[in-house]
Amino acid sequence: MVETPTAVRWLLRVVVVGYLFMLIAWPTSLVVQRTFEHGLEGLRVALSDPDVTHALWLTAQVSVIAVIINLVFGVGVSLLLVRSRFVGRRLLSALIDLPLAVSPVVVGLALVLVYNGRFGWFGPFLEQHGIQVVFAMPGMVMATCFVALPLVVREVVPVLEEIGDDQEQAARCLGANSMQTFWRITLPGIKWAVVYGVVLSLARSLGEFGAVKVVAGNVTGETQLATLVVQQKYQNFEQETAYSVSFILAAAAVLCIVIVSLLRPKENR
Amino acid sequence: MATATVVAGRPVRRRRAVRTGGLTRGSALGLGVALTWFSLLVLIPLSAVVVKAAGGGWQTFADTFANDQTMAALRLTVSTSVVITAVNMVMGTAIAWVLVRDHFWGKRVLDVIIDIPFALPTIVAGLVLLSLYGADGPLGVDVANTRKAVLLAIAFVTLPFVVRTVQPVLEELEHDVEEASASLGASRLTTFRRVILPTLVPAIFAGASLSFARGISEYGSLVLLSGNLPGKTEVTSVRVLSYLEGGNPASAAAVATIMLVVALLAIVTLDVVQRRVSRRG
Repeated sequence: MVETPTAVRWLLRVVVVGYLFMLIAWPTSLVVQRTFEHGLEGLRVALSDPDVTHALWLTAQVSVIAVIINLVFGVGVSLLLVRSRFVGRRLLSALIDLPLAVSPVVVGLALVLVYNGRFGWFGPFLEQHGIQVVFAMPGMVMATCFVALPLVVREVVPVLEEIGDDQEQAARCLGANSMQTFWRITLPGIKWAVVYGVVLSLARSLGEFGAVKVVAGNVTGETQLATLVVQQKYQNFEQETAYSVSFILAAAAVLCIVIVSLLRPKENR
Repeated sequence: MATATVVAGRPVRRRRAVRTGGLTRGSALGLGVALTWFSLLVLIPLSAVVVKAAGGGWQTFADTFANDQTMAALRLTVSTSVVITAVNMVMGTAIAWVLVRDHFWGKRVLDVIIDIPFALPTIVAGLVLLSLYGADGPLGVDVANTRKAVLLAIAFVTLPFVVRTVQPVLEELEHDVEEASASLGASRLTTFRRVILPTLVPAIFAGASLSFARGISEYGSLVLLSGNLPGKTEVTSVRVLSYLEGGNPASAAAVATIMLVVALLAIVTLDVVQRRVSRRG
């Protein structure tokens, strides 16, 4: 290897570590510090607030439902994109990434324009049939699904392309039906990609703020999600509670990325 | 009827012609369900935004552009995103370089730290930055409610994009080429500029367009940090929200459409620039 001069290497190292420390590591550690300023008292107070526990429980429910939907959709679409040929395949593959370029607030706006009960395209019809989307559970799930949509597909598609379909064809030749081929051959091959995709989607879903703020209506104790509680508590000067809820969300997020980084080398081996 | 076409850029693993002539009944059903869900969730709502904005004709857009507050928000958002994207292109490449080529104790930790902005809820990201750069932070600097806060927040949330696109390319880079270049008498700087950089350019620009698109659409991390002062620290997402909450969905849709167009323009521009640059390299 062509060696980088020592001076340049040290300069880069110091600049990079300094930048990351000032921008990410130090501020993040301060939130942990603020949360435990008075020991576990802050967390205890936060968790005894019914609004907080309700919001955390709601966030967990919405995230799990959204992740399951995205998991099924993501694996299905990946299989279709890689293993089938149909008109518009390239277009679909490009459109799947669209949610990454859309502002969360615009996601919320888009869903409200279509599904709200007063002037939405489908909203009044759905409401007549007893289904409320905006300001209710379905809207929150849809907003969360929207923002996390491409994550599973982006992880699974490259792996599917790389493993090829030789083994699947062999299984077919030996008389396996398509369900058997999927469960016994395809799924084990893409297992880790699916796991990454799910972990990333979960982290994204737990933390969604802008889109659910528009869609959920933010009614305390009813449609208020954990990220919205953080904003409300902070602005009401209940900073310790805000830090505690932040800590819980951040801990869940960091746990997710640590799991991913522990899994990643395993796949390379 | 699809034939055995080889799609460019795909690893050529299949030795035989593509097995399926078209879709089996099962996959056709799957495709139908997936497309319906995708349309209901993404395509129809996004077109509703554009239709709503276009519904008022050019007048809605003209009014939006004539509104000082909205224009100030647009200018701030776009200029901040441009600056931060430029910073990310340099710092992101430097970070990727250190992660791949340098070896020191604790490098693994850096690798995890890079992903924190991806994983952290945006509202928490705002709170995180506020705890160091806010009023009672240990540094004694208070950037809350200033334009510096907007810069900081966007720098935080867009940090991983360039790093994560450049890193894999740098890992794959063959050392032989660099050695060849060096043995032919090129200086280290020349080797970097003429051999390494051209290989990295597509990845850097891909990361840059992701980072720009994310930058102009940022909302959550700014809520607590920037104070959303009209004409000063207010960004476009906030304008969309206040139009919507103010009962003016048409203007909200107009601003949202402008944001979508800016994002698309940026992606196309960066792609064109990237092609130019790599051709010259």
